Amino acid sequence: MAKTHVTMKVNGAEVEGLVEPRTLLVHFIRENLQMTGTHIGCETTHCGACTVDIDGMSVKSCTMFAVQAEGSDIITVEGMANADGTLSALQEGFRMMHGLQCGFCTPGMIVRAHRLLKENSSPSEPEIRMGISGNICRCTGYQNIVKAIQYAAAKINGVEFQEAAE
Amino acid sequence: MIPGSFSYHRPASVADAVKLLVDLGEDARPLAGGHSLVPMMKLRLATPTHLVDLHGIAGLKGISRDGQNLVIGAMTTQHELLASDDVAKAVPILHEAALLIADPQVRYRGTIGGNVANGDPGNDMPALMMTLGASYRLEGAGGARDVAAADFYQGAYFTALEPGEILTSISVPVPAAGHGYAYEKLKRKVGDYATAAAAVVLTMSGGKVATCSIGLTNVHETPLFAVDAAKAVIGTSLDTAALKKAAAAASAIMAPAADARGPVEYRKHVGGIMVTRALQRAASVAK
Repeated sequence: MAKTHVTMKVNGAEVEGLVEPRTLLVHFIRENLQMTGTHIGCETTHCGACTVDIDGMSVKSCTMFAVQAEGSDIITVEGMANADGTLSALQEGFRMMHGLQCGFCTPGMIVRAHRLLKENSSPSEPEIRMGISGNICRCTGYQNIVKAIQYAAAKINGVEFQEAAE
Repeated sequence: MIPGSFSYHRPASVADAVKLLVDLGEDARPLAGGHSLVPMMKLRLATPTHLVDLHGIAGLKGISRDGQNLVIGAMTTQHELLASDDVAKAVPILHEAALLIADPQVRYRGTIGGNVANGDPGNDMPALMMTLGASYRLEGAGGARDVAAADFYQGAYFTALEPGEILTSISVPVPAAGHGYAYEKLKRKVGDYATAAAAVVLTMSGGKVATCSIGLTNVHETPLFAVDAAKAVIGTSLDTAALKKAAAAASAIMAPAADARGPVEYRKHVGGIMVTRALQRAASVAK
């Protein structure tokens, strides 16, 4: 099958490559771009480990072809840190609240939570849980993932993070 | 999992898309949000040799008011549907149901046109469209035609769409002001299809049901329009006897598959319960 030339912006940098039409976006990111932060989990659109941000939308990159991303603006977990290389509020939240155990779901969780907080900078706990309902943590560490996102929301809003009593 | 090889086409107009589908024949499939088709292609349950991506056609997106109808472009995503004040105010059952479809990531890509045109009995929007009396605009080489949602579904993945036709928009009559509505969906987890689901749109007058329509999801190889169940409650105050009659009438037309969501009897039983709950909740929000 003839290959197609694609160009897109990933984490602010223009990238290009030759892909078959059937190449999934996640494979283009991991194999062509050698950016392996975006994980492949279930490969069936359920787990959310492959979530990337495309033109302001959280998308499961295993369920989109690379040719469809032509001209788009993509952010992966590699693009989540602050410009000076320090941890973003979300990354800091995951670190401070122990928002990961095995860490496999973490890139998808952080990229999804990034868009969630862009759309709603003060989500309630139910809104956070609904907001990450397309991301599965098979360590079942949701409690601390929710706290990590609450921590980040507080930091973004310039208020002190108050951990809810359990 | 990697799909089979295919050629990718991205037409810029409906006419070009139709021409491609006609010229390429039955090995070509239109691609909307891709959240049903791409997983099927990865499992090699679908092996189209040509994909005609509809994302390049600007005119297929958007929500507008046309008299008493809300017209929704086929490529409008579930996320865009949820963001629309027009939808939330005029046809709130669509907002309620869209929130129960899959998960946030899928809703950013999944389209209402794909949801209704795919013919998957598990999709939520088809039964809603029947309940609302919606119609679909189908465009092909011979021009455009409108088909009522109630006449569109013929079998699992088998619809009134002819080869070379594309579903381009959905026209939803806006229900009466003060109508009651509810979509009750029993599912095992976020992202799952319904074990059984029921949509109800009704109006109340003097404490009694004046008008009522009921649709059912995933309890048959097609979505169902439960006419007898609706008739059973019109003129009643939704007393226990009327609710029982409606649930029984709805269960009588259900023919669900036995699968991981439960055996046939169970799915029919909970289907009746979804009808009862949707009727009660719809009546409680009617003004």
